[in-house]
Amino acid sequence: MADYSWPEASKRRYIGKSVSRLDGPLKVTGVAKYSYDVNRSGMLFARILRSPHAHARITGLDTSAAEAVPGVKAVRVIQGVGTEIKWELDEIATVAAETEEAAEDGVRAIKVDYEVLSHFVTEEDRASAPDQEVAREETEGDPAGAMASADVRSKGYYGIAAITHCCMESHGQVCEWEGEDKLNAWCSTQAVSGLPGQFADKLGLPTANVRVITPYMGGGFGSKFSADRWGIECAELARQENAAVKLFLERDAELAVAGDRPSAYAKIEVGAKSDGTITAWNSETWGSGGISGSRGSPPVPYVFQVPNRKQTHHSIVINKATARAWRAPNHPQACFLTMGALEDLAAELKMDPLDLFLKNVSITGPRADTYAEELKVGAALMDWRRNWHPRGDSGRGPVKRGLGLGLHTWGGRAHQSNCEVVIFPDGNVEARLGSQDLGTGTITVVAMILAETLDLPLDAVSVKIGDSRFPASGGSGGSTTVGGVTSSTRRAAVNALEQLLERVAPSLDASADQLEAVDGRVQVKGNPARSLSWRQAAARIGPSPMSATGSNPGPGKLSDSGVGGIQMADVSVDVETGIVKINKVVAVQDCGLIIDMKLSESQVYGSLIMGIAYALCEEKVLDPVSGKMLNPDMEFYKLPGIGDIGELVVHMMTGPGYDERGVIGLGEPPVISTGAAIANAVANAIGVRVPYMPVTPNRVLEALERGGAA
Amino acid sequence: MQAFEYANPTSIQDAVRLLGSNEGESAVLAGGTDLLSLMKDYVVTPGRLVNIKSIEDLQGVSFDSDAGLSIGAVATLDELAAQDSVQTHYPALIQALDGIRSAQIQAAGTVGGDLCQRPRCWYFRRGFGLLAQMNGKSMVADGDNRYHAILGNDGPAQFVNASSLAPALIALGAKVTIQGVSGSREIALEDFFQTPGSQSERENVLAPNEILTRIVVPAASGTQNATYEVREKEALDWPLAAASVSLTENGGGVGQARVVLGHVAPVPWVSEKAGMALQGKAVSRESAESAGDAAVEGARALSRNKYKIQLARVAVKRAVLRAAGMEES
Repeated sequence: MADYSWPEASKRRYIGKSVSRLDGPLKVTGVAKYSYDVNRSGMLFARILRSPHAHARITGLDTSAAEAVPGVKAVRVIQGVGTEIKWELDEIATVAAETEEAAEDGVRAIKVDYEVLSHFVTEEDRASAPDQEVAREETEGDPAGAMASADVRSKGYYGIAAITHCCMESHGQVCEWEGEDKLNAWCSTQAVSGLPGQFADKLGLPTANVRVITPYMGGGFGSKFSADRWGIECAELARQENAAVKLFLERDAELAVAGDRPSAYAKIEVGAKSDGTITAWNSETWGSGGISGSRGSPPVPYVFQVPNRKQTHHSIVINKATARAWRAPNHPQACFLTMGALEDLAAELKMDPLDLFLKNVSITGPRADTYAEELKVGAALMDWRRNWHPRGDSGRGPVKRGLGLGLHTWGGRAHQSNCEVVIFPDGNVEARLGSQDLGTGTITVVAMILAETLDLPLDAVSVKIGDSRFPASGGSGGSTTVGGVTSSTRRAAVNALEQLLERVAPSLDASADQLEAVDGRVQVKGNPARSLSWRQAAARIGPSPMSATGSNPGPGKLSDSGVGGIQMADVSVDVETGIVKINKVVAVQDCGLIIDMKLSESQVYGSLIMGIAYALCEEKVLDPVSGKMLNPDMEFYKLPGIGDIGELVVHMMTGPGYDERGVIGLGEPPVISTGAAIANAVANAIGVRVPYMPVTPNRVLEALERGGAA
Repeated sequence: MQAFEYANPTSIQDAVRLLGSNEGESAVLAGGTDLLSLMKDYVVTPGRLVNIKSIEDLQGVSFDSDAGLSIGAVATLDELAAQDSVQTHYPALIQALDGIRSAQIQAAGTVGGDLCQRPRCWYFRRGFGLLAQMNGKSMVADGDNRYHAILGNDGPAQFVNASSLAPALIALGAKVTIQGVSGSREIALEDFFQTPGSQSERENVLAPNEILTRIVVPAASGTQNATYEVREKEALDWPLAAASVSLTENGGGVGQARVVLGHVAPVPWVSEKAGMALQGKAVSRESAESAGDAAVEGARALSRNKYKIQLARVAVKRAVLRAAGMEES
């Protein structure tokens, strides 16, 4: 059987090197066309009428004026009279028109009467929640006994706000029919191969008749796996009008209804021996992801499997659109809650939290040794031992400085993926996958594996993804893509090379197994004198291209799952204004075999920026009075700029102990503990816990007032 | 956006005539950085836009060491920041301009537009009107008022004035010229702003057919002036509180002191008490702190904005110290 295993470290041409993103120049010059950029001849524009109320019943609906608006071609009612609307900006009707302006005028001409019903959007106030249920209740060991006999106990309250995905390219698509039963849809999606089935099911078509195309993608972060009601409506409008229809969400709807990360609140008590051994955990958590409740529960205690523990979680229903997977679902919340509680415990113990973490590293599970190693690396990069001080910077002046840390885990197992590698008679080589590049570098890593396997320069291979006609590949979620696509590409490329060598063998008077591809040539192993250039070799395959496929899962161990990472933050807090500035964040991360060092580091840099954003700025603000989102814009839905980021230091764990595990995904893990590390650094700086994230000036000042000044 | 007529007059007389006399029927277009967003969100729906950028008399920034600084209403924020005289004599303005942080707004936004921009109140921006009312009742008290007023908030208006430049200009003693169909008048900038007492009132004294045409700032020689903004972000962000001060010297101590707060009240908030607290003493940490304390005397916190009282106090203190060159690093 062919040998699919990754080449040894000494023989790698590209794997592990720093290669710049191949689509970078196309993106920065505007050549890359996103789904939002697709314009078809005769295309109509669709807009959606949305509910202004968070909870209401539709008692009247009249579309006649909208139908009479010049340029309006079609009006479709999505939710008609009698429907109970359960969140603000829910879809009521769609309008397709010749221009965006006419579509908007049409939307505004629809008359809707509502019976406004009472709403609930303030889930932190659990006692007032009309609709809640116990979603988790677990006990391990003897938490009550262990807590009672603990030398030190620490109790705290913690809360982390709901945040939205903030995709730069909003959700949406362009739909166009070919005849009566074939749909082409240019979607902004994380699931090119998965979407045709969703469209087909709702539209009454064979799945094979739906083609989804996503050449480039402007961000999803977990919110773009569904065809969505707006996708189906877009297709229906296109079918009805026999014209292409473009429907992308407006920014307010994008922020309000296209997904968010559930909130989480907690009362936590932790017990420990005086030497820092954690013995007991008791947590009561609650939160909401909207109308469907909390969508799971934060896995607390996070990473540290405290031997005696009790966890209850209440899922709260609020009048808001349902949450969607947000980069590492439930982990950032669990990490903030747990690491905050442990940092508070360390303060009670008068212990450096780094020592507390090291002391208890054995209860972190299979990555314990990795965490221990990473904590040492991180401590050196942060100069932790020199810079850390006990809680409360005792220096003069209003600006206090502090350090904090957190750690995290993630799976990142490779998803199902199929790849076809085609070798053309002119020597060109192409990989085809029904995958998608969310901006993470999928195209680049596939090209690297193809070039590595055939030992060709990168510019001799090309990668085609973003089309459901290509061999199916999994959706890009859960950090599963890099393992999936590199494994399937490796196997397809090995198979393709094997076929090529078979064809070429007679020309070199050798058998296929005596041949190898080396540096752009095909030769008898170790004998460059008996060789053909790649192009000459490809010419031997005859007039038609040659193709081979590879899949994941498949033979040979190419990937794995389970990573650990640690992060440390250095912040300055102005105790007169409550403003937090990031000085430095250190991230130390393992993810098995790294394909592209530069893109891996970029992935972590991006995560840290996203982490700083949710630690300090981001918050979905729902109005208790109206039930509306008050900040569905990019002004008061705050995001940091580059001047708010500070110094970022990324260290990837590589080499023996890591490389041989194979490829593991990296998308989620590094975003998980950034918030926790920053919140802990703030507590270390000012001497009191700010129990809420984002850590905004009002919350810092309130905590200082409540807890005594530093 | 609702369809509208577009008028492009080249004289002030034509412009005010084109504006008409009914509130809301027309709107003045200068930089458009605020107006167009409001129109896209249907917060305002003028039937006619009157572009005033083509009017020669509204352009330009000039400085005379006696007469001071004269700023045409459509001079851009970048134009103002680029003036040597502004950099030399009016650091309070430079610091306020720097705080805007959006290169786009600084390039396209105008000085007049900064003064006339509408409140950022999220209830106003979501269509509940200047007084944020639902079913005739203010939403602010029971709603999310974390960014709302702590001073001058006894009436129905609880938004905060969003102007970046007004506190500095008022501290520097600026006057503005207003022109209407029947002529022009000059008033102190602080009198330009008003707190609306009902849904039908606006946040400034402009009649529908009046235009703010020019801002004149007295020569600032012999004064020390500065602005301090408390902003969460280095990137584009609205200050949570801001203060501008202008101090004259008198025998080793402060002579006249003007202290104006921004983003804390429905109008730029002139604090005479803070000014008094500084008068007759050399600037010190203590005097700056007492000015800060005096500035927030009488402040009233809503349910979620108590922290802004502290921020206003600190903004005043730091603006005073900055003006005196005693800023803490």
